[in-house]
Amino acid sequence: MRLTCPLCGERDRREFYYYGAEDYLHRPAEGAPLAEWDNYLHLRDNPAGVTKDLWYHEAGCSQWLLVTRNTVTHEVLGAEMVAGRAK
Amino acid sequence: MRYSGLKVITEGLFGNKGWTPAWRDPAPKAEYDVIIIGGGGHGLSTAYYLAKNHGITNVAVLEKGYLGGGNVGRNTTIVRANYFLPGNSEFYSHSMKLWEGLESELNYNVMHSQRGLINLFHSDGQRDAFVRRGNAMINQGDDAILLDRDGVREMLPYLDFDNTRFPIYGGLLHPRGGSARHDAVAWGYARGADQRGVDLIQNCEVTGIDIENGVVRGVQTTRGAMRAKKVGIVVAGRSSQVAAMAGMRLPIESHILQAFVTEGLKPVIHHVISFGMGHFYISQSDKGGLVFGGDLDFYASYAARGNLPMVEHVMEAGMTLMPMIGRAKVLRSWGGIMDMSPDGSPVIDKTHIDGLFIDCGWNYGGFKAVPASGWCMAHLMATGEPHEVARKFRLDRFATGHLLDEEGTGSQHNLH
Repeated sequence: MRLTCPLCGERDRREFYYYGAEDYLHRPAEGAPLAEWDNYLHLRDNPAGVTKDLWYHEAGCSQWLLVTRNTVTHEVLGAEMVAGRAK
Repeated sequence: MRYSGLKVITEGLFGNKGWTPAWRDPAPKAEYDVIIIGGGGHGLSTAYYLAKNHGITNVAVLEKGYLGGGNVGRNTTIVRANYFLPGNSEFYSHSMKLWEGLESELNYNVMHSQRGLINLFHSDGQRDAFVRRGNAMINQGDDAILLDRDGVREMLPYLDFDNTRFPIYGGLLHPRGGSARHDAVAWGYARGADQRGVDLIQNCEVTGIDIENGVVRGVQTTRGAMRAKKVGIVVAGRSSQVAAMAGMRLPIESHILQAFVTEGLKPVIHHVISFGMGHFYISQSDKGGLVFGGDLDFYASYAARGNLPMVEHVMEAGMTLMPMIGRAKVLRSWGGIMDMSPDGSPVIDKTHIDGLFIDCGWNYGGFKAVPASGWCMAHLMATGEPHEVARKFRLDRFATGHLLDEEGTGSQHNLH
């Protein structure tokens, strides 16, 4: 599997650290109910198909990437930088 | 039909014409007392113990493919009871006791082989941790023996004891640990459940779960609708998809774990050996193939096949531990879909829907749990109360903080 980093181009999977689902971008506000924190930290849609998840280009440009890919075929459909993306 | 050595001999003498199918192929009925979704190891053992222990025989097991075609047929067949956390320890201990009586219980040769499992350690700190683990195992009533370097060398002379990075200091031997024939476990439970009246329905995919006013009423399937008073979701590898049919979002992320087998060799590895520092473990099957594996590929996946970096890592770890295996040729590799929970422990619990139960989240440890998981899931579904040895496998423990983090690495999906 290779990921295409917006800054570095197509790179080997070993350059990247996998963090987890896109959910981690939606951190609850301070003082949010416990259920929201449980949802943020633990509960996942975990789709069999197209998903978005966070990868860190550890051995490259050190950018956090939001990668769109297919969990059934391992096809990588795109990647965008988390920094500066529209909320 | 009862299987026996005499039966094998007489059938052999008379052309093997007397064998009958091990289970029926029944048409689905319109209504059951209990429906189990998932005809893998855990689902089949649940059905078996519902019938055997609780007398509930109007049961269907619905399998979208064929029986035992999922993770129970795609694992590395290790059986062990070497956990130390209260909650895990008693559960796996119970499972080990069931394994030890399984062949006579099922009248089926599951080839359970208690050849001993050895966890290697490579530092003083790791030795201390293994002493603690061994004491916890002994306190639970199981067995553990601490081996020093010479003790390991006597049993496993072919290891590289003086490896620069991971010199071998010793090992924790779990004599009752070992392996079993994975398919036979599924088939044995299937046959036993069928004999007790359970309908095993294959090529039957559940497409919806019928719920009225918070109570489960039955399921929709590719072979028609079926009503049921109780429904159990036992579908490791597809837990999130089936639970979503009941509006649930699970604490599970599916990951891929690869395994490998070599060509058949003469007996050379007599135990199950785990080399934790290299994320590597190995045993030899009765057919002679070296069966080994490593860690997760570490990204969410349902592909049931992995990528090359982890293949390379596993081979390197194997060569580091026992350079002799470089001479063996790898015959094939495969991947299983692991239900990874945030703390690395499973779930056997009720859901927020009345009559709907779930057994999931087995991470990479589901095979050894097959007997006790079915035992406890059947107990929960029959009585409505969690079984004593599975009382901590709660679905809501991440929200309440009652974690079962055996590795002590934290409650986050990418840490186990």
